[in-house]
Amino acid sequence: MVTILFYLFAGLAIGGAIGVVMAKSPVGSLLFMVTTLAAMAATFVLLEAHFLAAIQIIVYAGAIMVLFLFVIMLLNLGHDYQRDLKGGAFAVLSFAIVGAISGLLAQRLGAAGSSDITAGGVAIDAAIAEHGAIGAIAQPLYTTYVVPFEITGILLLVAIVGALVLAKKEV
Amino acid sequence: MITEALVLSAILFVIGTFGFLVRRNAIIMFLCVELQLNAVNLSFVAFSRMWGIDGQIFVFFVMTVAAAEAAVGLAIIISIFRHYETVNVDSFNLLKW
Repeated sequence: MVTILFYLFAGLAIGGAIGVVMAKSPVGSLLFMVTTLAAMAATFVLLEAHFLAAIQIIVYAGAIMVLFLFVIMLLNLGHDYQRDLKGGAFAVLSFAIVGAISGLLAQRLGAAGSSDITAGGVAIDAAIAEHGAIGAIAQPLYTTYVVPFEITGILLLVAIVGALVLAKKEV
Repeated sequence: MITEALVLSAILFVIGTFGFLVRRNAIIMFLCVELQLNAVNLSFVAFSRMWGIDGQIFVFFVMTVAAAEAAVGLAIIISIFRHYETVNVDSFNLLKW
């Protein structure tokens, strides 16, 4: 059952990703992207990462994609249907690069070789049973990784100020 | 399940790379970068099933950086659009030699 659901959502995610690249209008591209993000959130649930699945929907599909949509509407690109795909030699070159990358990735994945019952999975299941789905992430996030967490706050502050300065009319 | 998730993440990453190379609309190129980040997130979650919860925490940080990157990148696109009235990257050749 879980495997069938995984393949269903994997197909949905791949179809959405192809739609992102192939859609003519930017808004269509964006809606395909939301499909992909939702399907990936479902695969996160199947991989027992419940908190990340919720964050994926709320932050990615909710906040970041709406930001993209705002910019598309602000720049009035909603009905820009002209083709902007690069053709010819550049497309061949991109296919070659993409093929090389996927070949390397497939080689790595074949070498990794994994089974479904692993130490990490058992540890995560135990942590979720003890602390709950959010507590299992919060426990190491606020102890082992507290310094990177604080630095992330500074990064967001800098990004907010930078975005305001860049988008302002008179600098 | 882990191997299938890794293969899915590889496929999504390759599609994102291809889109970034082929499309010329700056906003769609950004969307393809987001797709690549998401593919890497999926492989982090899959590896966290093998090595422990740290992979999921890294996904948390990657999402934060992606949000910051989207905000700054879209601000840059808006300020470029003010000058050139287009988001087609072929029309920006100021840094080309």
